[in-house]
This record gives sequence, structure tokens and C-alpha cells, in this order.
Amino acid sequence: MGKTIFDKIWDKHVVKIIEDGPSVVYIDKHLIHEVTSPQAFSGIEKRGAPLFRPAQIVATADHNVPTLHQELPIKDALSKFQVDTLIENCKKHGVELYGLGHQYQGIVHVIGPELGLTQPGMTIVCGDSHTSTHGAFGAIAFGIGTSEVEMVFAAQCIMQSKPKLMRINIDGALKNGVVSKDIILYIIAQISASGATGYFVEYAGSAIRALSMEARMTICNMSIEMGARGGMIAPDQTTYDYMQGRMFAPKGAAWEQKLAAWKELYTDADAKFDMEINIVAEAIDPMITYGTNPGMGLSIQGKLPTIESFDDATEKQNYEKALKYMGLTAGQTLIGMPVQNVFIGSCTNSRIEDFRLVASIIKGKQKHPGIKTLIVPGSQEVAKQIKAEGLDKIFEAAGVEIRQAGCSACLGMNEDKIPAGEYCISTSNRNFEGRQGAGARTLLASPLTAAAALLTGKITDIREILN
Amino acid sequence: MQSLQKITSRFIPLRIENVDTDQIIPARFLKATTKDGFGKNLFRDWRYENDDEAKPKADFVLNQKQYAGEILVAAKNFGCGSSREHAAWSIQDYGFKVVVSSFFADIFKNNALNNGVLPVTVTDAFLQQIFALGANDTLTVDLEKQTITIDATGATQKFEINSYKKTCLLNGYDDIDYLLSMKTEIEAYEKANQTSTN
Repeated sequence: MGKTIFDKIWDKHVVKIIEDGPSVVYIDKHLIHEVTSPQAFSGIEKRGAPLFRPAQIVATADHNVPTLHQELPIKDALSKFQVDTLIENCKKHGVELYGLGHQYQGIVHVIGPELGLTQPGMTIVCGDSHTSTHGAFGAIAFGIGTSEVEMVFAAQCIMQSKPKLMRINIDGALKNGVVSKDIILYIIAQISASGATGYFVEYAGSAIRALSMEARMTICNMSIEMGARGGMIAPDQTTYDYMQGRMFAPKGAAWEQKLAAWKELYTDADAKFDMEINIVAEAIDPMITYGTNPGMGLSIQGKLPTIESFDDATEKQNYEKALKYMGLTAGQTLIGMPVQNVFIGSCTNSRIEDFRLVASIIKGKQKHPGIKTLIVPGSQEVAKQIKAEGLDKIFEAAGVEIRQAGCSACLGMNEDKIPAGEYCISTSNRNFEGRQGAGARTLLASPLTAAAALLTGKITDIREILN
Repeated sequence: MQSLQKITSRFIPLRIENVDTDQIIPARFLKATTKDGFGKNLFRDWRYENDDEAKPKADFVLNQKQYAGEILVAAKNFGCGSSREHAAWSIQDYGFKVVVSSFFADIFKNNALNNGVLPVTVTDAFLQQIFALGANDTLTVDLEKQTITIDATGATQKFEINSYKKTCLLNGYDDIDYLLSMKTEIEAYEKANQTSTN
């Protein structure tokens, strides 16, 4: 029987299979950040063991950093201590750090690909569930806990059972105004926030092939939001074109040699999946979420479910709880509803292509006076590119400030938060209660839909602006 | 890591689905650099009004005096979302040794096991039987036998755990001890696969 791309990479990285237990899996690249690494460093120090392969680790500071005045000391004492702890740990253990002020600093899942650290065929882990992003390059990439970060420090391996495999085929052409964020929000709304738990997902089909690397990363990024361990896309010419010439991508003869190996990374025609889902690209409209998990999403013109549509008592109770938190009513539509905040950023949508999309909508127009914005590039490199392309002038003319790189208002940890009770159209990945700050009400959407709200001050179908 | 063999305890029923790790421990408490003291912030925003410890929310189970115990029972898809191990640290530090649900998110399950907290997956029907019990009823979880029992009725269900993880938990061993003992094999793997050139 043929092999899937997942099988090909997994099998090559298994060091040992423990009988009736997990496999010991070798990790090629380990990315770390300030929030989930300190306890792993102190753990390994307590054991008196050195870091096994520090050269395979790259660190950055992203979750717990301000996005204004990064040149000044961090004001919050606990945040400063956590970021300083990362600096000290990296120095002590010989780990490369792209910290605040470094030209390569940024959100860990933005800098890995843009520096060419992320490569097809690799196993990549990070103490962050959105590590699935890197799967867009045909890598096995997934998020781990801090104990597992310590395992990789200790032995460059982790212990994992092989997941079940799912393939999601998306065929056809996307409608006008529909982008990759809408594809993934559509999939999650179809199969629910737990629909892929226990699985690793391969995305395939003509609609996926037509996407840029940035767009593919957005899709793989949100695999975890349907419970999947990770998501991946077989590499192709789009992948190689994106990678070639990047800082840490192989060069010269090494590139040719790697390229030949990468071209073997595809799912054989006779390979079997534990589950397969087919989606027609033309069925997807611009999407938005209305509830408190990413599975609670609908087409932007759609109506929220009625209470009666839930049979199960616990499900009904949970839906009512979500509606109360969000200040919404069953059966209503969202179009035209005023919002107070727009957040464009996060590891889901903070790459150069996202800023180009937003700029194309707001060019020559003004931000709605009722809207507060957090517009945050994913990395220093993205920020530099925004300037190089003159996009900063478009944002400035629209009355919108561009901030410095970091996770910002995605997770309500650093200074950037959404006030309690206010709505935020957000290009990020999670709409959980309190995710963007205690009491904040998050509506997940694409950069296009966010740009539309930025101009109108309300939930708007982007197609009205495009037409 | 602490070992776990068999416990009989009352339980706390959390009848909420899709409990994500942002609810278990909100991100603003992730600024710590140690694993200590997370229990007091467990379910912080469901427990307190306006983040004020003087104002516990009466409708949240952790604040209801009739409920106590070392077992947390939650509705399906417990622990979804962020990979933060702080969620497992919070649950353990609060005093829970077992979490029961009909469905767990993958990363949370691993994180719990790596901290000596046993996730027990039961069927939906069994979960409903537990939710129907009174506050003074007890559950018995026997890791050796891989069973969970409703003591009042004797209803018992087997649960899955792979034998490697079971041995770790029964004895309080962790994966890192195991991996450290595998160095020679890992080095041999690296040599055979020329991993340094990656």
C-alpha cells in the first residue's frame, strides 16, 4: 500500500517504537519563546543535563512583548522578567535568540518560514499549539507542552503516538472576496472545534494548489482549532519559489540535493486515510464567527442557529452561554452590527500578503471614526517589507497606525487587549471567552472582512465593497 | 512526578463542553517562570466577578461548598485550544488527580499525563450517569485495573491508557528520564540520518 506524505516523514524520524506505547520521534527543528520555555530550562538544569542539540533550537520573544516602543524597557515587571529570563537562558545554553530589537524578531510561526528555517520533510515542534502553521511547507509540525519542550532539550526527541490521518480535499475556484481564512473557518464550522481531534490533516485539492505560501500557512495554522495535532500540504513549485534564497534555506548544490528529496514528499495515489472530507470551493462565502469557539462560524450573510436546533441539553446550555457572553440573539444576522475594534495580526494573518490585501481595500479611504485598531505585523521583516512597498503610506493616509511585531491582541497577555463588552473583528485564531481580554467579544474573520469593518464601523460583506 | 495508583473521592461536576485552556488558566497568568501556585487562578474568570477574589460567582461549581474532591468531571472536548501546560499545572495545584470527560483534546491529555494527572475517557452515557449523581457520591478510579466505578451503583467502565504511560504514572517516572537513558540510540539515529545537515 502507498504512503501518505505524513507516513513518509514520520517513518524517517522514528528512533524507536515502544511496544503498546508511544514512539520516540526525532525532532529536526525546535522553536521556543519566552512563555512556555522557562520551566523547561529550569527543569533540565535541575536534572543536571545539558541541552542535547542547542544548534537545532531557535528562540524569539513574541507573546509577552509590547507592540509600541520596543526600544524602551518593558513596563510590566513580570513580563520584563520573563523576557529577560529567555535572554539569560539562551545565553547560558548557547541557543540562538532573535529577541526584541533583533532584525529577525517576530511571531515564532512567522519568522520560521520567512527565514527559511522551516523546510519540507522536517519534524518541527514548539511550545505553542499554532506550530501547525509550518505544515504548509510539507513538514510535520505540531505544538507541545512545556514537559515536552524539556524532552527536546534533553534528547532532541519527543514521545508521541502516531495520530490517525485525515485528508481534506478542496477543489474548485474560490469566489470573489473569499480567501484562505474563509476556507479554514468554513471547514471548522462544518466539522466542529473537536472534529479532527486525534488526527493529523493533509489539505489537498486544486483550491489548495492555487494558494500562495502565506495563504497555505493560514489554513495549516488553524488546524488545531478543529482539534487536529497538525495540518500539512505537500510541497510544490510554489513552496520552492517561496523558499529559494531565504536566509537559512540550503544554497547551491545543497539546494539541488534537498530539492530532489522534497519532490518525493507527496501522498501516493493508493495511500489510505482514516477519514476523508471533500469540499467544493465554490460553496464557501466570506466567513465570520459568532460564538466562543472557532467552530461557531457562519457565512457572513447567514443567520445564527435557533435554540430549537439543538437536541442535546448540554449543547443547548452551552450555546445559550455563548450567546450571553457574545451579547447576541439566536436566529439573528450579523450584517450591519456595529463593532468597536479591528485587530489585524497574529500567527494566522500577519504576513506581507495580509497587509497587501488590507491595503488594497483601504487605499484612498478613511478609517471609520468609531473604530479602534491594532494593526500588527508578524515580524520585523514584514514591517520592513510594508515600508519597502509603500503600504505604510496607505495605512497612514487612512488614519491607521502600524505597530511593532508581536502576538499582540491575539491572546490577552501583553498590553494589547480589547475592552470588556466590546466587539472586535479579528484576523486571529481564537474567539474563546476572554481570549482578547476579560469580557472581550471576538469575531474571527479574514483580513478582507476586517478591512471592510475598518472602513464602515460595522460587520460588512466585503463583496459590497469589491463590487 | 507523583505516582498515582487508586483513588476514591467525591468529584466536582463541570457540565460545560469545549472547555479551552484559556478558561482553565487565562493568558495573563502565564507570565510566571516557575510551575508553582497556579491553582489559585484555576478557572479564574469563571470563578470570580471582575477578577476580584472577594466576589466569587455563586453559580460556578468550584465556589459551591457542597462539591469537593480530587476528581474533576467535565463535558466533552475538555482542554482544547492553547498548548499551555499551565492548564495541567493549575488543575494539579488545585488538588485534582483525575479528570473525567467523554473526550479530551490531544495536547492537554499529554500535558496532564506528564504531570501525574490522569485523564479518564468515559462514554457519553457513563458521563451522564456521573452528572446525575449527588454531591456526596464518590467515584473510584483504579489505574492498575483501568477502571472507573460509581461507588453508589457499582457501575464500572474500563478506560484506555497505553501500558507505557500506565507504568510511568503508577511509578511516578517521566518521559525525560526515559529519553535520557536512550542517548546512545539517538546518537546512532543521528549518524545514520545525517541530521546535523538539516
